[in-house]
Amino acid sequence: MATEFKLPDLGEGVEAGDVVSVLIAEGDTVEIDQSVLELETDKALVEVPSSVAGTVTEIHVNAGDRVPVGSLLISVEEGEQQAEPEAEAPASVQKKEPEPTARAPEPTPPAPRPPAPASNGDPIPAAPSTRRLARELGVDLTQVAGSGPGGRISQDDIKAAVRDRQTGGPAPTAPVQLPDFSRWGNIERQPLSKVRQIIAKNMSQAWQQVAHVTQFDRADVTDLEAFRQRNKEKAEAQGAKLTPTILALKAIITALKTFPQFNASLDAGANEIILKHYYNLGIAVDTERGLLVPVIKDVDRKDILELALELGDISNRARTNKIGLDELQGGTFTITNLGSLGVGEFTPIVNHPEVAILGLGRAREEATVREGRIEPRLIMPLALSYDHRVIDGADGARFMRKIVDALENPELMLMGG
Amino acid sequence: MAETHKTDLLVIGGGPGGYTAAFRAADLGLHVTLVNADDNLGGTCLLRGCIPSKALLHVAELITEASEARTYGLTFGDPKIDLDALRGWKDNIITRLSNGLSGLVRQRKVTHLTGYAQFENSQSASIEGDGDIDHVEFEHAIIATGSRPIILPIFALDTPRILDSTTALDLDEIPKSLLVVGGGIIGLELGSVYAALGSAVTVVEMTDTLLPGTDPDLVKPLETRLRQAFSAIHTSTRVTHIEEVNTGIEVNWEGEESKTSKIFDRVLLCIGRRPNTDNIGLENTDIEPNDHGFIEVDSQMRTNDPRLFAIGDAIPGPGLAHKAAYEGKIAAEVLAGEPASFDALIPSVVYTDPEIAWVGLTETDALKQGRKVDIVRFPWAALGKAHAIGRIEGQTKLIVDPYTQRVLGMGIVGPNAGDLIAEGALAIEMAAVAEDIAHTIHPHPSLAESIGIASEIHLGSATDVYMPKK
Repeated sequence: MATEFKLPDLGEGVEAGDVVSVLIAEGDTVEIDQSVLELETDKALVEVPSSVAGTVTEIHVNAGDRVPVGSLLISVEEGEQQAEPEAEAPASVQKKEPEPTARAPEPTPPAPRPPAPASNGDPIPAAPSTRRLARELGVDLTQVAGSGPGGRISQDDIKAAVRDRQTGGPAPTAPVQLPDFSRWGNIERQPLSKVRQIIAKNMSQAWQQVAHVTQFDRADVTDLEAFRQRNKEKAEAQGAKLTPTILALKAIITALKTFPQFNASLDAGANEIILKHYYNLGIAVDTERGLLVPVIKDVDRKDILELALELGDISNRARTNKIGLDELQGGTFTITNLGSLGVGEFTPIVNHPEVAILGLGRAREEATVREGRIEPRLIMPLALSYDHRVIDGADGARFMRKIVDALENPELMLMGG
Repeated sequence: MAETHKTDLLVIGGGPGGYTAAFRAADLGLHVTLVNADDNLGGTCLLRGCIPSKALLHVAELITEASEARTYGLTFGDPKIDLDALRGWKDNIITRLSNGLSGLVRQRKVTHLTGYAQFENSQSASIEGDGDIDHVEFEHAIIATGSRPIILPIFALDTPRILDSTTALDLDEIPKSLLVVGGGIIGLELGSVYAALGSAVTVVEMTDTLLPGTDPDLVKPLETRLRQAFSAIHTSTRVTHIEEVNTGIEVNWEGEESKTSKIFDRVLLCIGRRPNTDNIGLENTDIEPNDHGFIEVDSQMRTNDPRLFAIGDAIPGPGLAHKAAYEGKIAAEVLAGEPASFDALIPSVVYTDPEIAWVGLTETDALKQGRKVDIVRFPWAALGKAHAIGRIEGQTKLIVDPYTQRVLGMGIVGPNAGDLIAEGALAIEMAAVAEDIAHTIHPHPSLAESIGIASEIHLGSATDVYMPKK
């Protein structure tokens, strides 16, 4: 019997993806959970596992296609090999809790849909005069949710989008009119990769929304480094790499527990601060495709070794494009380490909607005066950026002090948990 | 005497794209120079395309209708065709419209040159013509040079018996037998004209269907009618050899199962058009046409040469006058600093009898994309006006998004489909949902009513169609 495999729900907010490559060919036999496509979504590059088994009779997509959730991907002729009952559930990209049953694209009431419905190539649902107004005001209509029937965008919707932009609401950036650079020499245009587009969008959103302050401090990490050296081999024996970042994670947890407003988000619309009673830390990872921030969940409940193993695994998968969408979501605080690249001081941008980020610089041996004597000590520069709307400077100072204390007294920190 | 002329904007080509661009730019305050190869303005559309063919199709329809009136109890004699008078009438239409354009050129103070323009670089062009000005320096130029019929080498016989769409409209004579090579829009339109005027028309088409790419349910009523009007229609058939003989043109063709050789008075080639981008000096600019000769542009009609814009048949897309004109406006407005950009739908019309027209998403494309859509078909057999004019073979079709109820596409076959489709274009451009159309009063009786009824069917209850409850 022929069955069809459609693009399953990929998790929160993801409506579509670009097919990067098709991993099977017509005539191939596929099994349940076998990856059939590589798909680049707004959040990550994912492999889509099949929820059907049998012989592929037709492939309905090509590399480069943009496919919305629910699109027909492949047709499969089922042989004797019966699909297991659980195969009915669309294989979500991650093996987390089972998804609800297959989402047949049934006509749902036209609830207000999230923006960007133009992904399927349909004309923008706005009248020609409205579209012209949008161009005039520099509003990207794919980012505007229409308030009319069927998602129709009115001129008022566009004006509201402009107001949002001015008051720091959700802000589509107006394309800036660029000069013709070719007048001064040869140029080359390269398309922005999806990841780069997302980074650009997130960064400018963070920049526009967050009232950034950056504070610098320095931690004497001589003892911490000694601890790290002592335990490095023990960790390595278990397959884990004990990096300064791991130890910093623990220091951050100590500080976050003392200053919960750093583990929070601001709901400006509701005039509320959302305090999170979980500690999921994002770690900025440099990959070939650009910056990715995988998230380690429940850092407070994991010991150093577990964290080291998990960080090694997750950053490796981020670099090899094997990272799942939900591993990039749900962070409460972010840490970024440019020290390993030799950088001393820098000013990180808060990973909005989080409210703070800690940057680690490169630790260097410096001549330090201790108890009246000059001693060589290993000093690590730290940069804490935070959202001044939520956090006052004095709190920032206290938070930073707590982290410095923790890093300077590793035994205490690691004993105290 | 050689003379150099300076202008803000040089428009090359006086067809619907070129003159629209020139007029819009002039209205926006630019100093515009329009150079056109022909003395008369209007381009292919007016001089040797849309307008003369529509005039002749109107005549063809009159002839057919008069003959069909027999069934209403109204009998006319066989038509007497005065070919010279007919040609004169058609040419007169062209002259009147072309003169109208010349008047508009004068009123707008557009400098009008006759001749062939060739780029010397991205800021100047030479003009080869009888006028004094043989050199134009410009800030910007819009390339609107249009297209010409393709003649494959196998058809390149030097004989008046081989026609293309241009010479076919000259109406030299009404051949007894005519072979139309190519079952696309132009082939079927001109074939219909000659069939009505009395020629025995045969059509050969390489693909397996007439009007390749058009929704089959829209083609079917036309094909049924054409199979009566024409002597023969051969699809999946290709011409392998042609040769001029005493009595005409001998044509060999190969179908799926058979080979045939036949002699025709005339052979009309309608196998496509190619852009006129090969003799305009593009090599002296930064523009490199693509493999098919088309100039690639962005949505603001900019080429990769910052001073040059291109529109119409010279750029990719369907070769349609209304597309060219729209693009001409965009280019002119962009040049004048307005926020214009091409984001509109291009309706397609086949002016046969019955006409076929569509706009937006077609059923064929939806199917190809594996896209879930609701398709509503309303057959005109349930439409009062269709009965009143004796044409119940028509059909109106809506393509609706099942999630948003938005109208994504419309297809119509039947008399006046080309006029009716404008409502579909407006509905889609305004992002109408089916309910918007259903709640718009459509005049009764009319063919446009079919669009309202189709929308009612989509909502689940239509006066003129019984729909059992689900």
